[in-house]
Amino acid sequence: MPLYYNEDQAMLADSVTGFMADEGGIKKQLRHWRDINCKDGFGHALWKQFAEMGLTGMLAAEADGGLAMGHVEAGIVLAEIGRNLTPSPFLTTAVMGVTALKDASDELRGRWLPGVIAGETVLAVAIDEGAKHRPEKIACRAERAGNGFRLTGAKDFVVHGTSADAIIVAARTSGSDSDADGVTLFAVPKDAAGIGHNAVRLVDSSIASHVRFDGVELDGSTVIGEVDGGRAVLNKVLSAGRIGAAAEQTGVGGGAFAMTTTYLKTRKQFGKLIGEFQALQHRAAHLYSELEIAEAVVIKAQQLLDGGSERAELMVSVAKAKAARVCNLAVREGVQMHGGVGMTDEYDIGLYMKRERALTEFMGDANYHAERVAQLSGY
Amino acid sequence: MSDLETFRAEIRAWIEANCPEEMRRPVQGEDDICWGGRNFVFKSAAQKQWMEVCAAKGYTVPDWPVAYGGAGMNPAEAKIWREEMTRAGARPPLSSFGIWMLGPALLKFGTEEQKVHYLGQVARGEIRWCQGYSEPGSGSDLVSLQTYGEDKGDHWVVNGQKIWTSYADKADWIFCLVRTDKTNVYQGISFLLFDMTTPGVTTKPIKLISGSSPFCETFFDNVVVPKSQIVGQLNRGWDVAKYLLGHEREMISGAGGGEQTSTIGKVLTRNGLDDPMLRAELAAFDIDALAFAAMGEKFLDEIKVGKAHPAQPNMMKYAGTELNKRRHELLMAAGGSTALEWESEETRGGAPSRSWLRTKANSIEGGTSEVMLNVVAKRILELPGA
Repeated sequence: MPLYYNEDQAMLADSVTGFMADEGGIKKQLRHWRDINCKDGFGHALWKQFAEMGLTGMLAAEADGGLAMGHVEAGIVLAEIGRNLTPSPFLTTAVMGVTALKDASDELRGRWLPGVIAGETVLAVAIDEGAKHRPEKIACRAERAGNGFRLTGAKDFVVHGTSADAIIVAARTSGSDSDADGVTLFAVPKDAAGIGHNAVRLVDSSIASHVRFDGVELDGSTVIGEVDGGRAVLNKVLSAGRIGAAAEQTGVGGGAFAMTTTYLKTRKQFGKLIGEFQALQHRAAHLYSELEIAEAVVIKAQQLLDGGSERAELMVSVAKAKAARVCNLAVREGVQMHGGVGMTDEYDIGLYMKRERALTEFMGDANYHAERVAQLSGY
Repeated sequence: MSDLETFRAEIRAWIEANCPEEMRRPVQGEDDICWGGRNFVFKSAAQKQWMEVCAAKGYTVPDWPVAYGGAGMNPAEAKIWREEMTRAGARPPLSSFGIWMLGPALLKFGTEEQKVHYLGQVARGEIRWCQGYSEPGSGSDLVSLQTYGEDKGDHWVVNGQKIWTSYADKADWIFCLVRTDKTNVYQGISFLLFDMTTPGVTTKPIKLISGSSPFCETFFDNVVVPKSQIVGQLNRGWDVAKYLLGHEREMISGAGGGEQTSTIGKVLTRNGLDDPMLRAELAAFDIDALAFAAMGEKFLDEIKVGKAHPAQPNMMKYAGTELNKRRHELLMAAGGSTALEWESEETRGGAPSRSWLRTKANSIEGGTSEVMLNVVAKRILELPGA
């Protein structure tokens, strides 16, 4: 399979690029919701428009009313979300949430997927426990109680946690914290008794929760997949979230780079356009090279994931690490090359820097994925 | 089964049946490569056999037309060929500047007669080519070259000097940039082909810091070149030269499976490595190597269908060579004092240190990294005044 978009994908990219620039732009969405201090951090009307565009059900099976597309297609949407810094629940809901629900019972899919596809339901994913992403260790416990489970513990960095109609929680149903087995995924409805949120606004203006589960009673129907066999599902959710975040980062990096090269072509100092200075030209050309490489490895990993390749897991980590490093370089160079105005809230380049930081941390930073690459490679 | 799946199965079976076991082991340095040519001494019977059996099927240049010695594969088939060769661990049956550099230029600018004659020789491994580009005063500023061809009616008389001519002392023919009009800088250069045994051609190897001499100084003293041996139009050789440089840069970049795209962490840590900092550097390198391999694959896919930016080979060359230099810095670091040995059995005659030093030329030859960045800034980013 060639590493460029096929005809259908190119058409999708065309329409999503226009849609996101028109409807998801920085002024209309990110700045608007930020400046009115919106409790969700995103607009539900836009989420509805996502549905009308057919984006919310991209990954869902046709039998569930979805389009049965893959991560290449989801990545097209995420790259444009990144380029426009569009706040939306697309990644946690339509990518990670839907991926989790693919392994769920008919009943559970029927309960949540129609709302997701209609753009009315938001999902969040609760995996992290602590400030760093370490999903190998899961201490949050769901103990058997009656016909169901009682969930106790805490989760951090639950993006859109307070906006979500359901939170997909990775909990331990047996064994000790670091065991691979003994993990179960639950779709926990927001109105379940015993859920406590400490919602905080993050540096990029998104809202994430520290969630506490105080003996939340769950019946058996909330279990996704097999009890104690949730690690396999979790791994799929992680891969989906990681490659999705990497795709979004290529958009963030690309957007920052486009702003920066435009600035180099318009800002004058010493009687010259600053883009005439070779010191800046070489840094811009290096950054271009890195962005191209990041995009290439992201589409490679997406294709491998869609094709069910045994190399997918490795390449997803390679892509997440590479995209994070490159996007970080893009926003740092962006702010520096903008000079003083790069430090102002008025200019958008700083917003790219903020989003990059949040995305890098989401589902494992570059060091975490470098460690994984070493381990998966056998050293 | 789709046509491509059938094709893959056939290619796989053919490689399985025809590639000698010895040719499925990694190449050990430049001396171990099959270069072909009049004076080439095969390192083994297997090497000769593998080249010949491939040449007979057009597989030394699988995507060239059959009429010019190729197998006429389309981009999808050529990709399958590369994938199956990699899968089998099979060496390229023939490597040459004729394949990588002159071939693409002739396919675009050559006459039908030139294509049939010269490309066929390249495909069969009969003639080994070298490249006469750089001169002592014309390195990065290549277009200032002074080697001059005086018009003598049905031939030119060429005088001047080239430098950094790779394997000039081993090559049979040269493709050479020669000034044919002193009044016009860019449109005063012609692209000439001539036999290295022509009277007046002499070569002198240059000893490098690696101890080997892959490059030569090449001198032309009243060398007679018939007018039929020009590629493209008179005084428009710079167009051919630039086009060819794109392919040279693509080749040096390692796109499509060069050494720089392979990971090193696993190999270097197999005997244990009590150095967590180095391990972290290896992981960071492996990430960049795997990412660049994907870039190489994407670049080759795109270039075949005209989707790649025409200046993209410059980016590839920059990224690939910088990566390869880093690779060898890590190989040296992991090797410790053993890797310092300049002459020993254990290091196969100082292979690690010699290869490490050789890679320093990667970001100089074929256009320096700095020139590559200039080209990207100007032609791709369209920055002002670049």
